[in-house]
Amino acid sequence: MTIEDELHNAAPAKLTVDRVTKVYRGKRQDVKALDDVSLTVGEGEFVCLLGPSGCGKSTLLNLIAGLEQPDAGTLTADGELIEGPGRQRGVMFQEHALFPWLDVTQNVLFGLNLKPNLSDEDRRGVARAFLEIVGLTPFANSGIHELSGGMKQRVALARALAPNPQVLCMDEPFAALDAMTREQLYDDLQKIQQQRRKTVVFVTHNVREAVCLGDRVLLFTPRPGRIRAEFRIDLPRPRNINDVAVAQLATTITTELKRLLKAENV
Amino acid sequence: MKGSLTNTGAAVRAGAGGGRDAWVAVVQAVVFFGVVAGAWEAGSRAGWWNPVLIPSPSDIFRYIGEALGKGELQSACYVTMRRLVFGYAVGILLGIPLGLLTARFRFAANTLGVLALGLQTLPSVCWVPLSILWFHSNPEGAMLFIVVMGTLWAVLLATDHGIRQIPPIYRRAAATMGSKGFHLLWRVLLPASLPHLVSGAKQGWAFAWRSLMAAEIYVAISTGYGLGHLLHFGRELHAMDQVAAVMLVIIVIGFAADKALFSPWERFLRRRWGLTV
Repeated sequence: MTIEDELHNAAPAKLTVDRVTKVYRGKRQDVKALDDVSLTVGEGEFVCLLGPSGCGKSTLLNLIAGLEQPDAGTLTADGELIEGPGRQRGVMFQEHALFPWLDVTQNVLFGLNLKPNLSDEDRRGVARAFLEIVGLTPFANSGIHELSGGMKQRVALARALAPNPQVLCMDEPFAALDAMTREQLYDDLQKIQQQRRKTVVFVTHNVREAVCLGDRVLLFTPRPGRIRAEFRIDLPRPRNINDVAVAQLATTITTELKRLLKAENV
Repeated sequence: MKGSLTNTGAAVRAGAGGGRDAWVAVVQAVVFFGVVAGAWEAGSRAGWWNPVLIPSPSDIFRYIGEALGKGELQSACYVTMRRLVFGYAVGILLGIPLGLLTARFRFAANTLGVLALGLQTLPSVCWVPLSILWFHSNPEGAMLFIVVMGTLWAVLLATDHGIRQIPPIYRRAAATMGSKGFHLLWRVLLPASLPHLVSGAKQGWAFAWRSLMAAEIYVAISTGYGLGHLLHFGRELHAMDQVAAVMLVIIVIGFAADKALFSPWERFLRRRWGLTV
């Protein structure tokens, strides 16, 4: 394998979630985090899972990432059963989860070092290329604690993308950032998604964020977690979160979400 | 964003004690110890106290010069360091894997972990009477045992604690990139607990040093005199200059070892984590 192959984007995978149920056993009572949830995410599609906290959207993301196992039902990526975490599915968390004992470049290299059939030189080349993509080349040798919150999430994005996954799972990755930094990252993420099309599953409780980023938005309601509505977002890209069309669509979805929550008395 | 970065950089440099700050620190320390030694010497010469009980700095340095001339001090330092390094290494090599065990398995935590917690509170000099009996024909073994008892539990508990406090997100993030088994242990769990491992190793070093001195003072020996024995003989001969000189050497070695062994790690922790242990 050469660096060109490595930088050439892997074909995005098709995800299928088939009648998945997940129960967390508690001391006093069991919590049904997901109840009989099914969905399909197409190759290269950007799907946002939207809902209030406790609706099971993060649970579903963890199942897709392979970090947890369902109690019933199956999850597959390109027809293959998801049985555990793996580098075909990169994950970005709300916390940056970068390793403080490594510098910026070494963090990006972490996943690459676990890929066989690559020379060290190629790995470094790939890491450099991704730091360039997220605009952090000048900070290649910085320590993590020297970076701002937004820069840390950029490194986390580079680290998730560098091993060239087919799927990118993002769990509220921008929720802890200030509004201005967040808006910059919306632009960057859309640009990156245009260049390197991934199948993206993006969890958020921010309706506008979902409308701004997603090709499709799935609405969750809690207790038990279910998908209750689906919105296809056909607005042209790149989208701006302050755009009137985005705001209007977000209002429609918010109204629907409130109606659903009220109907279920939660 | 730029401003905050510059500030962090400055804080890191100041924390690392670079340039000017380092010189100020050295000058202040030298002046302080110079003044103390000078006043001490002056007091001794003026006869304010009994020079037999409180030897003057010049007497102490005269003894050090003589002992170095005879080669006595070098050989004592060598014997002591050999015991220390060996015992400390055994303590670390046992303590880290056992700490990993107690962090990983509940059974180990409930048994070995409790034992470690208990023995950690026991000053290792308390092992002297038993170890003399157990190793009666083997004083080196007795001293090794005492040093290991001093080091092992501190290192074990620090490792256990270090592994337990790792944010679970590190493990999850590593798993999504395909890290598991030995790779996970070596590349994630051990480095993630490094701040605790370093402070545990440092504590273990301090305990080992104290235990060895106690052991050397108490264990009758035929296999080489260490600093503790020189101290002991000094007392028996009423040679307080010898006692004070050996105490000084013990302080200097402890200080130098601390700097040599742990400063690089602490610099690394400060540079990467931005924290001070």
